[in-house]
Amino acid sequence: MDALLFMIFAAIAVICGINLVVQTHPISSALSLVGVMGALAALYLLLGGEFIAAAQLVVYAGAIMVLFVFVIMLLNAGTEKKLAIRPWGKYLGAPLLLLFFGMMAYVVQRILPESSPVVFGAFQGGTAAEIGRSLFTVYLLPFEVTSVLILIAILGAIVLARKEVD
Amino acid sequence: MNYYLLSLIKTAIVVGIFMHVLAYLQWIERKVIAHVQLRVGPRRVGPHGLLQPLADVIKLITKEDILPSHVNKVFYFMAPFIAVTFALISISIIPFGPEITVGGVRTNMGLTDLNIGVLFILGISGLGVYGVALAGWASNNKYALMGGLRSSAQMISYELPMALALASPLLILNTLSLREIANGQAGYYLGFIPRWAIFQMPFPQIFSFILFLIAGFAETNRVPFDLPEAENELVAGFHVEYASMKFASFFMAEYANMVTVSCIATLLFLGGWHPIFPEKYGSGLIPVVIFAASGLLCFFHAANPARPFDRITLPMFGVLFLGAAGLFLLPPVQFILLPLFWFCAKVLIILFVFIWVRATLPRFRYDQLMRFAWTFMFPVALVNLFITALLVAVYP
Repeated sequence: MDALLFMIFAAIAVICGINLVVQTHPISSALSLVGVMGALAALYLLLGGEFIAAAQLVVYAGAIMVLFVFVIMLLNAGTEKKLAIRPWGKYLGAPLLLLFFGMMAYVVQRILPESSPVVFGAFQGGTAAEIGRSLFTVYLLPFEVTSVLILIAILGAIVLARKEVD
Repeated sequence: MNYYLLSLIKTAIVVGIFMHVLAYLQWIERKVIAHVQLRVGPRRVGPHGLLQPLADVIKLITKEDILPSHVNKVFYFMAPFIAVTFALISISIIPFGPEITVGGVRTNMGLTDLNIGVLFILGISGLGVYGVALAGWASNNKYALMGGLRSSAQMISYELPMALALASPLLILNTLSLREIANGQAGYYLGFIPRWAIFQMPFPQIFSFILFLIAGFAETNRVPFDLPEAENELVAGFHVEYASMKFASFFMAEYANMVTVSCIATLLFLGGWHPIFPEKYGSGLIPVVIFAASGLLCFFHAANPARPFDRITLPMFGVLFLGAAGLFLLPPVQFILLPLFWFCAKVLIILFVFIWVRATLPRFRYDQLMRFAWTFMFPVALVNLFITALLVAVYP
């Protein structure tokens, strides 16, 4: 059952990901990205990370992608124009892609040689309490540094926006 | 009993009742607004207009389904589907009452319970925005696009204070599961003050309750925050190009969202199915008194009819109400009906507030709406959360 659900949601994620690149209209691409986010949330849920799954849904699929869609609608971005595909892209594209995948698989094999296969339902530390505890003990420094980084990004955005107004 | 069979039965019951509630909520809204405005409201179809929802459904199904030529077809069909799906999903994790045993089968009242219930509701309500935003964009119409844009901006802005307002009672109750949240509000202070979150020590959550309700009005696109469908500015906003069942889907989504917000407010702030004062002082008799009084009122008005028709219809309602009052006195069903009564009573009171506000308040202007969210709601919610966290830390 778990493996079947994993296959279904992994397939949805991959199909939506391909659709994101193939689609020419920004709104279609953005909605495909929402599909990827939703499928990823389901995958996190299968692995036992229920808080991460909910956060993925609330933050990425809910808030950030709505903002994307809002901006695309506001700017009224039109359909992307396709340029003609160059001949060497047509013939070398697929082999290069396969080569890249092969290299990725090799690197992953080299870095993590003894990793055991994932067992569904084996991981128990995914509750909100567990995540909160590890954020405020083990990962306190990265957590705080990230929040400062986001603050800097917000200030930067305000500064950039101000310049245009003056 | 088989788990799947049990789930199927419960789902059938909940879906059946929920759909009827959605249909009749519209009847209640029209009646209440009519009486606020000194009219009588629908009363042609059936006694006191009670069959009006059925007539509306038949009308909406048989209407011509127009497909405008200039729309983006895929998203035009997808939008009402998204809106109504994400509006209806939330009911699946709402608990309606405690654990009960019927015919030897122990089960929870409610479809399921997630240990991330509150977050699930937030996530689903966040996804519901796509329905409105896409409908506005796919209609390829200036008014609809304005409605969709307004809706997405409004939802993003009000989701923040809503989440912050939800976080404060969670700090006190210390769980994310809706069933445990309701159970955490059982019991009474000094024997009579209920331990609902709006009264619970160390910091009564009355401010978060009000903030949550205001944000709930904005999230459900209700007056005074119904800017996405402002008739006088945008004709009908995001659903101007929709007809027939596709229009009905948006309508249904709005009402389903109202019910969800009311259920969440009831569960998080008003103690779920726990009565307002203890059983030993006779809180179990409240529904009996209410239904019996309604029944007697019906008989009184039937004796002095305002219209000749009332002489026949009102005694029928009187008998129905007295029968309901009798049901609450029967021990075999009492333990199911009492929690259900308290839950439904609280939800209906909040729904009544939704309708009451619609009949009373004018619409906000768009800049007022945004300024209110960011300069009032957000800081107040933040301060409220901070005080709650401080008090919970000091008096654990």
